[in-house]
Amino acid sequence: MFGYNGKVLRINLSDKTCKVEALNVDKAKKFIGSRGLGVKTLFEEIDPKIDPLSPQNKLIIATGPLTGAPVPTSGRFMVITKAPLTGAIGIANSGGKWGAELKMAGYDMLIVEGKSDAPVYISIVDDKVEIKDASNVWGKVTSETTEMLQKENDPKSKVLCIAPAGEKLSLLAAIMNEVDRAAGRGGVGAVMGSKNLKAIVVKGSGKVQLSDEEKLKKVVANKMELIRKDPTTSEGLPNFGTAVLVNIMNENGIFPVKNFQECYVDPDKADKLSGETMTKECLVRKNPCYRCPIACGRWVKLKDGTECGGSEYETVWSFGADCNIYDLDAVNVANMLCNEYGLDTISAGATIAAAMELYQRGYIKDEDIAADGLSLKWGDTEAMVGWTKKMGLREGFGAKLADGSYRLCESYGVPEYSMSVKKQELPAYDVRGAQGHGITYAANNRGGCHVKGYMINPEVLGVPEKLDRFSVEGKGAYAKGVHDLTTVVDALGLCTFASYALNEKDYAELYNAVLGEEIYDAESLLMAGDRIWTLEKLFNLAAGFTVADDTLPKRLLEEPAPEGPSKGQINRLPELLPQYYAARGWDEKTSIPKDETLKKLGLEEYIGTV
Amino acid sequence: MKVEVRLFSIFRDGREKRYSLDLEEGTTPKNIIDMFKIDENEIAILLINGRDGKIDTTLINNDVLSLFPPVGGG
Repeated sequence: MFGYNGKVLRINLSDKTCKVEALNVDKAKKFIGSRGLGVKTLFEEIDPKIDPLSPQNKLIIATGPLTGAPVPTSGRFMVITKAPLTGAIGIANSGGKWGAELKMAGYDMLIVEGKSDAPVYISIVDDKVEIKDASNVWGKVTSETTEMLQKENDPKSKVLCIAPAGEKLSLLAAIMNEVDRAAGRGGVGAVMGSKNLKAIVVKGSGKVQLSDEEKLKKVVANKMELIRKDPTTSEGLPNFGTAVLVNIMNENGIFPVKNFQECYVDPDKADKLSGETMTKECLVRKNPCYRCPIACGRWVKLKDGTECGGSEYETVWSFGADCNIYDLDAVNVANMLCNEYGLDTISAGATIAAAMELYQRGYIKDEDIAADGLSLKWGDTEAMVGWTKKMGLREGFGAKLADGSYRLCESYGVPEYSMSVKKQELPAYDVRGAQGHGITYAANNRGGCHVKGYMINPEVLGVPEKLDRFSVEGKGAYAKGVHDLTTVVDALGLCTFASYALNEKDYAELYNAVLGEEIYDAESLLMAGDRIWTLEKLFNLAAGFTVADDTLPKRLLEEPAPEGPSKGQINRLPELLPQYYAARGWDEKTSIPKDETLKKLGLEEYIGTV
Repeated sequence: MKVEVRLFSIFRDGREKRYSLDLEEGTTPKNIIDMFKIDENEIAILLINGRDGKIDTTLINNDVLSLFPPVGGG
């Protein structure tokens, strides 16, 4: 078998059993892998209505057919589960090297089910799989957990783990790997915590099998040339990392400040958080994932001398401008704490910002937070860092923050101050100034998410072409295309950043070359993306979501942007969503996929189920 | 007329972040990038007062011109 290993590892933590099952190759090819195969499997095996923190939920960790192959950006894998934060499908992507190691160990996918009676970790060394006692690492932060488990096992093994936030079932808990890589969103770390599963340690000695190594080398050389020629992948991202976006978003007036109350600041303030400033003041080196020539990752030095993973754009925004803070070192400290305690940086920072607005408006009072010794004043750097740690440990008022902004604001009777969709915090773009990106926020299957279908590319960055960010015309169909391509890249096990240089035709060529069969072309590959996205939608509908959940916070729909280059704009979602549903072949009023669409996508088995 | 020019990313190499320039009426972004020896093809994003602008737009007093080479992220 080429690309795929042909093996699924099923681990039941209640029975403490490990079973190897054959991969259903036809199913794998139809849903490609990783995200697609994981979602299909989860939907077959759990009732979408279950409690995500119950033993009935399953944690699927899936690689793509290209993960670990000698193909650029092949380090990606995904965590698929019912997400505790949203109650919707959880699909969290991660880079680093753990996914490739799992492929080398001989598996395509892990399915973890049940619940252990005591803290355990899973050790995988090729076909030797063991469930081991984790009592000596339970409670430890990510770096210490990683170090201890590498000592206990092979020092070169790759460690995937949760940290205190996941152990304490924070709905913002992430699953970490390689210390600073995160499967971040949706509270997937809490699923692992609810199963008393601390870590999965992998060591693999195999290789991804290729049908024709020489032919693949030629195809890869062609794609590497495209990546080298493209200025975004060859200069922009490697030189400055994703935080290069700070100044762009601010200059366009879509840089959310103070929980989206404002969307533009003095450019000198914004610049303090930028990738340019990071490179100048604290960058130690680039930090690439497995087989990645782009190297957008940052490794930085804090003011206290510690070296650690540096912040992404979303992180400098959430702990920075969203909290009205313009201190890059403080943001990098918060980022490091999130890695160590295992928290999603976007949701953590955005939840602190929501709390700051509740304090501003008098809902949270001084006496509520007096015992914690931290303020909730805008711009209070020490407090922002202090709250991050308390969230990670569920301490004091931090325990309330640990379950996200929606539940926090709802507890004060004002859920509208949570800038979230489906209870997942919105990332770093004010969509009053980017209409199409509003579709991405509102209609994303996993809740408020920017990256699964990044409409900022065409609307702001001009990739692959420049669209007018204020226009609603044609945005529905365009967003579908962007969403479908991202889904395909996720399913292959590659990184979406390569799609600055590569398109669906390139991806089809890579997949076909690895497998040695002409399975997909550009058009059918995008249709596979549509198939996977629609399947996720069916899961959500079965979980109880309706068209009413595809929406945006009231602020973005009704309050015009107060100042800056996007002044006066609101997001015109009511004009955009029907276009999007029509493009998808879903009912424009209910968002339910039509029968003929399900037939077209090869999802006939789901006709009549919603 | 006064025009503010903001430079970002690699455009800052060997240049300042911001310039406040005194220019002739009718100056265009093309005139300005020629002054800075920036090639038109190097520019991915050109904003005038935060909105999409064109290389040959006539600038007016107090306009802000922001220039970015290709960048990415997510």
